[in-house]
Amino acid sequence: MDLNRAIDGLHRAHHRALVAPLIRILGGFEAAEDVVQDTFAKALEVWGREGLPEVPLAWLRRTARNGAIDRYRRQGRWRQKAAQIAAEAPAQVMARALDDAFEDAHLADDALRLIFTCCHPALAPEAQIGLTLRTVCGLTSEQVARAFLVQRTTLQQRLVRAQRKIDQAGIRYEVPGPEQLEPRLAAVLHTVYLVFTEGYAATDGDTLLRVDLCDEAIRLARLVSGLLPERAEVQGLLALMLLHHARRAARVDDAGELVLLADQDRGRWDRALIAEALPLVEAGLRGRPTATYAIEAAIAALHARAPSAADTDWMQIAALYAVLERQTGGNPVVRLNAAVAVAMAGGLDAGLARLEALAGEPALATSHRLPAARAELLRRAGRLTDARAAFREALARVNNPVEARHLARRLAALGGHAAEEREK
Amino acid sequence: MQYMFLLYDNEAAAGDAPQDEAAFEAMMAPWVAYTHALVEAGVMRGGEALMPTSTATTLTRAGGALVTTDGPFAETAEQLGGFYLVECASLEEALKWAALCPAMETGRVEVRPIMPTDPPG
Repeated sequence: MDLNRAIDGLHRAHHRALVAPLIRILGGFEAAEDVVQDTFAKALEVWGREGLPEVPLAWLRRTARNGAIDRYRRQGRWRQKAAQIAAEAPAQVMARALDDAFEDAHLADDALRLIFTCCHPALAPEAQIGLTLRTVCGLTSEQVARAFLVQRTTLQQRLVRAQRKIDQAGIRYEVPGPEQLEPRLAAVLHTVYLVFTEGYAATDGDTLLRVDLCDEAIRLARLVSGLLPERAEVQGLLALMLLHHARRAARVDDAGELVLLADQDRGRWDRALIAEALPLVEAGLRGRPTATYAIEAAIAALHARAPSAADTDWMQIAALYAVLERQTGGNPVVRLNAAVAVAMAGGLDAGLARLEALAGEPALATSHRLPAARAELLRRAGRLTDARAAFREALARVNNPVEARHLARRLAALGGHAAEEREK
Repeated sequence: MQYMFLLYDNEAAAGDAPQDEAAFEAMMAPWVAYTHALVEAGVMRGGEALMPTSTATTLTRAGGALVTTDGPFAETAEQLGGFYLVECASLEEALKWAALCPAMETGRVEVRPIMPTDPPG
């Protein structure tokens, strides 16, 4: 058990450093990953017998290097490419190339190449996430599968398929050139943010067994931010996630129930994370054009800075949402949040009118968010019968049980029941 | 006239290419023979096999933006696995050749005439 834990720790710490040089030398993602997995399997077997070596990383590197050479020798001759390289590169030459590839000097470049390859838009989104978590973050397949509540075999099939696609479709193991950097970086950040939102939504479950995906996403963003310090959108995303993460202890009460931002105990917000985030918000806003993540982070920062819900600078938040609305081309979810901000900034009727205008949006048609937001504003406007009806509509749509209980409590506080109302 | 033979088969049922050299060559033999026959008859204009649809990437335009997605344009029971371009006098002749294609063992062949275009200028 202790050995398993030690190996998981080493997998996490060194997986990236082992797999990246092998991709370069073997010229294949799947082959490199296979060699690394075999290396860890061998570690479990050998160390179980002989105990941990003095320098486990050196042992892992040596074993991976030998595994790569063996694999070359075993590869069938009919595989033309392998045969070619094997002819050109006898074992010693290859061993030297591998030793050089394993030098620490390549670590940063390799990390960046790996991230861009794992987050290539030609891979399915769930494959991008799974590959990134295993290959870049060094989580084991078991840990990734548990985090997403899928069977390990299902996850492994998904990853194998993605690795094959990388190899067979000719996805290059490289950092994209300047003309492609922006859209490809956007894809990377999107994947990182998906990891975060997945972790944010997972309020249930046993945190002892499940890896905290929010922590992983933040770690990834810190890594990318360190590698591309000049990219404002990276700072913006990191700031946004830190500010959301800072609220995690206050988001859910002791009974596991959801607490609205306005009702949260601000004393439970993580001040260290907020302090780390605020300068990043500034840095993020300096990019041109202003990154969407940076604007979202600036909004989150205004909440974080407000000493109480009543003291929130809703005017500025509404102004930032107006920028965001323009920038996202009228994204319905952004318009919904903008409407709420307008209402909170004093324009209750204007905010409600904006929400009514969203009624036909297909993107919101099945979500509980629009009726839930309407219900809260109607309650503020004193239109309690309408508010109860809107809460019921939201309840009929909501999937997450924690959010469903929250909506039921809000409805009950207005004297309503989940069943149809009889009054006129 | 030129015709395109579009070769469809269930790639999942077909499985991966065998790793064993002899088995691989046995699998390839009818294809080599068919291609030789097309060349010898003077009708072969080109042809290739495609990697499986698991390697496909589809590009679409949504609004103004290009969107890249994993996978083929449409998920179908049978997948396009390769093509031949042939020069035949008539559809009948093209269909005779198509009937001999090894893809007919387990799959199907769609025969499409190439659209005639005037040379530029």
